[in-house]
Amino acid sequence: MERQKTISRRQALAAGTAGILGATLPIAGQSADQAARPRVPADPTKVQGPLSTDVGGRSPFEKPKRVSFSDRRTSSLTPLQDLDGIITPSDLHFERHHGGVPAIDPAQYSLLIHGMVDRPLVFTLADLRRFPGRSVIRMMECSGNGGRAYRREGNQTDVTPQQVDGLTSTSEWTGVPLATLLREAGASPKARWILAEGMDAAVMTRSIPIEKAYDDALIAYGQNGEPLRPEQGYPARLFLPGVEGNASIKWLRRLELSDQPFMTREETSKYTDPLPDGTARIFSLDMDAKSLITEPAFPDKLTGPGWWEVRGIAWSGRGKIARVDISVDGGKTWQPAKLDDPVLPKCHTRFRFPFEWKGGETTIVSRATDETGYTQPTLDVLMAARGPATAYHFNHIRGWKVLADGAVKFAGGL
Amino acid sequence: MKTTFGLRLGAWGLNSGLRLGAWGLGLFAAIFLLTISVASGQTKSGPAQASSPRSQAPLGIGRAATPDEIKKLDIDVMPDGRGLPAGRGTVAEGAAIYAAKCRSCHGAEGVGGTFDRLVGRESGPNFNFAMDPKLVKTVGNYWPYATTLYDYTFRAMPFMQPGSLTPDETYALVAYILALNKIVPENAVMDQASLPKVKMPARDRFVVDNRKGGKVVK
Repeated sequence: MERQKTISRRQALAAGTAGILGATLPIAGQSADQAARPRVPADPTKVQGPLSTDVGGRSPFEKPKRVSFSDRRTSSLTPLQDLDGIITPSDLHFERHHGGVPAIDPAQYSLLIHGMVDRPLVFTLADLRRFPGRSVIRMMECSGNGGRAYRREGNQTDVTPQQVDGLTSTSEWTGVPLATLLREAGASPKARWILAEGMDAAVMTRSIPIEKAYDDALIAYGQNGEPLRPEQGYPARLFLPGVEGNASIKWLRRLELSDQPFMTREETSKYTDPLPDGTARIFSLDMDAKSLITEPAFPDKLTGPGWWEVRGIAWSGRGKIARVDISVDGGKTWQPAKLDDPVLPKCHTRFRFPFEWKGGETTIVSRATDETGYTQPTLDVLMAARGPATAYHFNHIRGWKVLADGAVKFAGGL
Repeated sequence: MKTTFGLRLGAWGLNSGLRLGAWGLGLFAAIFLLTISVASGQTKSGPAQASSPRSQAPLGIGRAATPDEIKKLDIDVMPDGRGLPAGRGTVAEGAAIYAAKCRSCHGAEGVGGTFDRLVGRESGPNFNFAMDPKLVKTVGNYWPYATTLYDYTFRAMPFMQPGSLTPDETYALVAYILALNKIVPENAVMDQASLPKVKMPARDRFVVDNRKGGKVVK
């Protein structure tokens, strides 16, 4: 797909200063844009290239980056529009932290498990790695992801998929099942909840239902084939597939089993969902099915009528994606998208749909259905269930408007 | 566990035979599945089979935790008061500590700061937080448990000196913030016994998550 991207142009400008490739002389009369691009040989078959390196880097032509909502960077968003497939490069995985990113020496690291167990134990990182391990490819989404698509007033049109929904990422996570540690410590059959506690400045805590711990919770030390990145919980974190990201406590230092939830600040005053009937949902952990189109999207511009591929990702915290439907007429008619292999439970799933743009204005929309039969709702349906002032779990359908000149703008929630 | 939960949380909170029965089934299923998955993994591992976990027997990895190291890390406080340390604090003591350590972020009397607003009882006609974007969640109108205020303040505040408060200072700050919210009187003293007895205005508003997938959007 030929794309005109303002971001790419800026990225190329930044890359030009790197100058790490073989140089050619600037050509008189070339535009500033051309002059700013990384310098490469006119014919790479006529010159030997650089030799191997200890650690690779991206092509200087590619500068994907995380962005934040504000200067006070307590979170950052994944550049979804710059990614193919389903794996998020580890250095582009979204971030959210409540006390900054702690620096932890893995040699000093330990994890305590205690409370309603027969044998309170301490594990070093080497201990965790010695247990029978498991690798799974799973997504993680922040419960606040997509709030920008929920507001009816002040909906911005010039925002990228990253700026709207970039608090979701997929990695291959490697670790030891939490169930294995519970067995090692001799968990009491009367234990119902587990407090997970981080060693960041927030000493972040969440209570985890014991059923989740025995189901598919992981104490992860690996991400995409390497140790966790510091901002993802190095050297070890809790990872709860399909669950709102904040519950997957990073920099994990302690697990305490109890008969009751601990009612921490995050799970009571923050990550709860007030409802229109005057109640508030607590421990609303699972992420409902959702999809979004990553191409074409702002700031793309279709250069002319003809065939384009609509691309995006879909996922559900409750299992596999069963289907994704696409509408290229603003939701009037729907057709199934093709799902790329692999289609994994609780994981980003890549979808594709051939779109013949005939010119003229239209809106393209995606709609996911998961294996439980749940279909991504419209904005009206979700707002009726949750109210306009709700703060989390914005999984309604959203769209992109293609203008007559080919420019693509965010159409908001639909 | 008795009734420290609101009734709406009965599905988890009440110590019913039904709940334990369901848990027993869940545990059985979990162990069964674990056994299956481990066993199937072992078919490829051959000789390692004997030392791999097939049963409840521990693998002997890790070391025993000492009571001292548990005590050092075990700082959490539960709604029924478990975990609260010895100590006490008054509203007046809390006001002085607040002015010195909290006011710069949370504003005079818990309102008007650059960070979270702590004080306010307004919650609309029927706990209107889902419907009214202008409502601000505070300790007074939204937090269901007073013990959470102790736990969080002790573990993570003040923001630039996290974990630096003593239990007495924390009890005093909790007393002050609860008094500003008109939840406890000006002469209140917070300690191990009194804090868990404080009933927060929003206590009975919280309900179990009823979303289960399927066709209905909740």
